[in-house]
Amino acid sequence: MSSPLAGRRTRRPGWIADQVFRWALLLALGIGVITLATLLCTVVAAGWPRLNPDLIAHMPSIRFPERAGAQSAITGTLWVIGCTALVALPTGILAALYLEEFARPTSRFQRLVDVSIQNLAAVPSIVYGILGLAVFVRALALGQSIAAAALTLALLVLPIIIITTREALRAVPRGIREGSLALGATEWQTAYRQTLPAALPGIATGVILAISRAAGEAAPLLLIGAVGFIAFNPDGLLSGYTTLPIQVYDWTKDSRAEFSSLAAAAIVLLLILLLALNVTASWIRSRARRRW
Amino acid sequence: MSTAEFENTDVAVQELEQAIASPTLVQERPLEMQAEDVSVWFGKRKVLEGVSIDFPKNTVTALIGPSGCGKSTFIRTLNRLHELIPSAAIAGTIRYEGKDIYAPEVDPVHIRLAIGMVFQKPNPFPSMTIRGNVLSGLKLSGMKRSDHDQIVEQTLTAAGLWNEVKDRLNHAAGDLSGGQQQRLVIARALAVNPHVLLMDEPCSALDPASTLKIEETIRELAKEITIVIVTHNMQQAVRVADNTAFFLAAEGEPGHVVEQGATTEIFGNPKDQRTLDYVNGRFG
Repeated sequence: MSSPLAGRRTRRPGWIADQVFRWALLLALGIGVITLATLLCTVVAAGWPRLNPDLIAHMPSIRFPERAGAQSAITGTLWVIGCTALVALPTGILAALYLEEFARPTSRFQRLVDVSIQNLAAVPSIVYGILGLAVFVRALALGQSIAAAALTLALLVLPIIIITTREALRAVPRGIREGSLALGATEWQTAYRQTLPAALPGIATGVILAISRAAGEAAPLLLIGAVGFIAFNPDGLLSGYTTLPIQVYDWTKDSRAEFSSLAAAAIVLLLILLLALNVTASWIRSRARRRW
Repeated sequence: MSTAEFENTDVAVQELEQAIASPTLVQERPLEMQAEDVSVWFGKRKVLEGVSIDFPKNTVTALIGPSGCGKSTFIRTLNRLHELIPSAAIAGTIRYEGKDIYAPEVDPVHIRLAIGMVFQKPNPFPSMTIRGNVLSGLKLSGMKRSDHDQIVEQTLTAAGLWNEVKDRLNHAAGDLSGGQQQRLVIARALAVNPHVLLMDEPCSALDPASTLKIEETIRELAKEITIVIVTHNMQQAVRVADNTAFFLAAEGEPGHVVEQGATTEIFGNPKDQRTLDYVNGRFG
């Protein structure tokens, strides 16, 4: 029998399968990348004429599309997202802290809560819109206000924040907790002074991704009465508002050519905002080197 | 490591050997802690049965035995840390300064302040500086002390780390080597002035030089406090421990103490064949 290295170079068995698999993977990747690239190029090309400072400086206008901008949508988005974060962050992080550090994992109640949160994260956002309409807009009579929008979006992202925070807490090694408890710290001190700070980078990443999800939502806001045409900046929690996704939706409904290019420009703006949030998230993740 | 340091270590080892060679009848000292007929369950599984060990003041007691025989579980019952496992249950009595630490009115936080612990894997708090780590126990317990600098220097010196870190006390604790981290957590445990220090295989993740340093530290500390150490290293038990307890668990059975007594007896003249086999490295 000849040595495997001698003689004619033969292809080892399975070579064809390897190649087929490899190209299938590349193809799958290509479909995703090409779709994204096409989408981006189309949108940027369509919105290009309107991608100028006027887009930020001007208010929307129905009668003068050539002068219209998205300022009220930008400020509206910032207001809604800011308030959403103010409500969802403390609630979500404290809930996760309780579930991960204090609740007994074996109890039936805890398992029920676990399953509920997983399911809530999978509920379509339009359902949260219906809930927001019934509870915040009608029952609490908040009307078509920033407060109603922020509370609805907070409910929407709460399960995501709880799940990612719990994962970040779970990644903190047990030794940190034991070290703290062995020093005579109470469970609360251990959670607050050691576990939470150690998990902070992971929590920040998850929170930012959840917030960027809220920033891109249109469906629930449509239900609770975000108004497409708002030509003023919000001035308080009970103010009327519009957001970028809503503004895009409103402009695409209009048949005039100026509005379709305006919508494209607003989409680019929204994408830049979301991209900035995601880049921040991965920056935090990469900066937090593993310390254990 | 410089030659001088090697010589220092050498001298220290000789001192250690002398200290061990002259047994000052440690059994006659007053008891700091006492375990009486302690059994532990995790859920329905009994992992430890009928363990009774006395811990006289200012002695080092080594717990030896093969993996899975309940040594770590036992040492964790001494400061109620095993309670962190929700399914854990305990029977028997553990006394600290004569009082039952499992009595209903006892707060485990007070127990853990008096009975410090060092773990197998160094676990400095990653988000804190070296100094912050040493002082963390004081801050947690709300002890008002004005002499923070002095405490940092004293405890780091006692842990044999001061000279290596005195110029970078405000650096992150995570930048230290494994051996330095372990000595840092020893300093951290000492800062709250514990009367007992529990050490669960403190050297298993360390190189020989760091191990020797920590052993010196242990001998030095035993002049002031009582130490219980779990170790897999026979030589280490011989070098540091006044007393030794040999744990063993038969297949599927809970762990128990086969033999205990002065370290010189356990290693030099064991009564039980299994102890003889174990200390001579025939199993485990």
